[in-house]
Amino acid sequence: MASESITEQALPKQHYLNADYGIWSWLLTTDHKRIALLYLMTVTVFFLLGGAFAVMVRLELLTPAGDLVQAETYNKMFTMHGVMMIFFFLIPAIPAVLGNFLIPIMVGARDLAFPRINLLSWYVFIVGGLFAFGAMLAGGVDTGWTFYTPYSSTYANTYVIATALGAFFTGFSSILTGLNFIVTIHKMRAPGLTWFRLPLFVWAHYATSVIQILGTPVIAITIILLAVERLFRIGIFDPALGGDPILFQHLFWFYSHPAVYIMILPSMGVISELITCFARKKIFGYHFIAFSSVAIALLGFLVWGHHMFVSGQSVFAGMIFSVLSMLVAIPSAVKVFNWTATLYKGSISYQAPMLYAMGFIGLFTIGGLTGLFLATLATDVHLHDTYFVVAHFHYIMVGGTIMGYLGGLHFWWPKISGRLYPDTWARFSALVIFVGFNLTFFPQFVLGYLGMPRRYHAYPEEFQVLNVMSSAGASILGIGYLIPLVYLMWSLRYGTPAGPNPWGAKGLEWQTTSPPPTFNFDETPEVTEEAYEYQKDYEKRYGKEQGVG
Amino acid sequence: MAEAAAIVAHQFDDPEQQRDSVSLGMWLFLIQEIMFFGGLFLGYTVYRYKFPEAFRIGSNQLDLLLGGVNTVVLIVSSLTMALAVHAAQLGKKKAIVWWLIATIVLGSVFLGIKGVEYGHKFDHHLFPGPHFVFEGPHARQVQLFFSFYFVMTGMHALHMVIGIGILAVLVWMAAIGRFHSAYYAPVEMTGLYWHFVDIVWIFLFPLLYLLGLDR
Repeated sequence: MASESITEQALPKQHYLNADYGIWSWLLTTDHKRIALLYLMTVTVFFLLGGAFAVMVRLELLTPAGDLVQAETYNKMFTMHGVMMIFFFLIPAIPAVLGNFLIPIMVGARDLAFPRINLLSWYVFIVGGLFAFGAMLAGGVDTGWTFYTPYSSTYANTYVIATALGAFFTGFSSILTGLNFIVTIHKMRAPGLTWFRLPLFVWAHYATSVIQILGTPVIAITIILLAVERLFRIGIFDPALGGDPILFQHLFWFYSHPAVYIMILPSMGVISELITCFARKKIFGYHFIAFSSVAIALLGFLVWGHHMFVSGQSVFAGMIFSVLSMLVAIPSAVKVFNWTATLYKGSISYQAPMLYAMGFIGLFTIGGLTGLFLATLATDVHLHDTYFVVAHFHYIMVGGTIMGYLGGLHFWWPKISGRLYPDTWARFSALVIFVGFNLTFFPQFVLGYLGMPRRYHAYPEEFQVLNVMSSAGASILGIGYLIPLVYLMWSLRYGTPAGPNPWGAKGLEWQTTSPPPTFNFDETPEVTEEAYEYQKDYEKRYGKEQGVG
Repeated sequence: MAEAAAIVAHQFDDPEQQRDSVSLGMWLFLIQEIMFFGGLFLGYTVYRYKFPEAFRIGSNQLDLLLGGVNTVVLIVSSLTMALAVHAAQLGKKKAIVWWLIATIVLGSVFLGIKGVEYGHKFDHHLFPGPHFVFEGPHARQVQLFFSFYFVMTGMHALHMVIGIGILAVLVWMAAIGRFHSAYYAPVEMTGLYWHFVDIVWIFLFPLLYLLGLDR
């Protein structure tokens, strides 16, 4: 595929990257593709920052004694790691970078419905980032990324309000992105592109956008209440004044649990694209995958109480939330089974994006199944606030979201940059990341099961072997993340021109040039077939009798 | 007349697609606004259920006359806003400007009266925090009532301020003749926003002012 086309390819004369030069052509752009790149640079910075804090955490945990940093400093380290990674990397990463770049092209439009609002969302994100960054420089925050009252309202002496306002602003940027996506998907599809011909990436982003619009405003008002409480001691979350700290947890998790699905759903959308392309086979159960995204988005709003099994809600509420949480496993499993069924009798090739996709399926399955342990009331009482929880959500967020993000970035990089990266290095780094990830986080399941609590800077000596394994894995994982940073930048200048469709993939984005022109298509495309008709292409080439499947 | 043609942004195919998109976008924005205020209404409900007596006492501290006048002012401002949209539909350029200005004036009157009310509460030490003083029973829970009073009406007032800012821009746009019968989406969308803010007050007024009506 790739090899037969590269010799003849050259970059198109006019494309969105050379349409205009100079700093203002970027800072004032309304082109969704350029805004996606602005986001790409920003979230990469926050990823590296969050990573730096993770390095500190893992260094401290190398030895049982709390010797590298003091307990208070350690609290700040894991808090800043969580804040940076969740609000400034995981939530925006796939929607604001890949979604921004691809959704208008995938629906055959010239841009998103509201290009200026799209640019505004990036600036709002930057404002939020500056708040969090400023708070970090001033001395950080130590409440944990969850900002639980009364830590955050009465007891913390750190920059809670500034950091929380950072999350507030990125929330608004996320709402604006979601709003833009929903309107674009509803109103701007190319002729012939019916709802059930849309790529599953678009369906996943539609479901994500619904959560962004319904969930994010609730965290916004919660943060305002927290700030007012901290400033004026008005007592909404203070039991001494008649308030209820548990109400904060309800409001917080009403957004922050669905936020987990803001992080994972777009990644699932990426995986649907990758699996079908590299299996050269139409996706199995298109409708089921599409509706399972919507189901996850809606069910996600009914399960927040499973974060509060041990914080004083009634046992009856706990039982209801437990049952509802288990239901999320159904649409999640529907996706995993359909991806696996797509592979069955496919013509599979293991290029770098596919390696990430395969990694995603394995790691997400482990993360999802261990989620069931935690949704079960009786086991959660034992596992709550231990490293089991830490391992579980890292399997979803790192093993799931980041694997999907990197897989998608590798898949669409030739489209974004117009150039190919060295595939050998890409496969190597995918392997390093997979090994490093498992070595980091699998021991944490065991640690948690044995009873090691999270958020402590010191631990009993018998836990050291597993902690050393975890820290060693983290260093491998860190190197795995740095390799793509190097070769992707290298490819910007030295990579071979990719041509419009280096993977032989279906979908409108592969019908335009790489990089695409400013308005994406020379003329509006017309869609005449369903998504992922790989077999049809195959039959056209080689005749029906050899058709796959 | 060249200006009678609608302005279609580059990403849209035709005026109809543009109008549909803008309208859907605005409704989605209002849905997120509902969820935003929803968090406050939830908190209010929880504590009112928990402390019904204190909330009744707190409610009796509010100025029913000023609150009632403000409700009427706000409803009339929704009427003038609707008339501005109507004028835009008919392409009456001068009328748009005047109805928008009327809306701004009424909105400002509302904020002015609200300011007077806030001032009274400060004077009577009813602003929550270290300086809160209440001589009656359930003082702490009454403070909780006032916490919700200030946050809810404060958030509502903030939305009014933003709305007045947008209206001011619209007055300028209307004055230089940007709107006509084929293009008036900004007026219509601001109208939706203004009515929404109005409806929030329609819920706030009975919940805060009429709750303890036994005077």
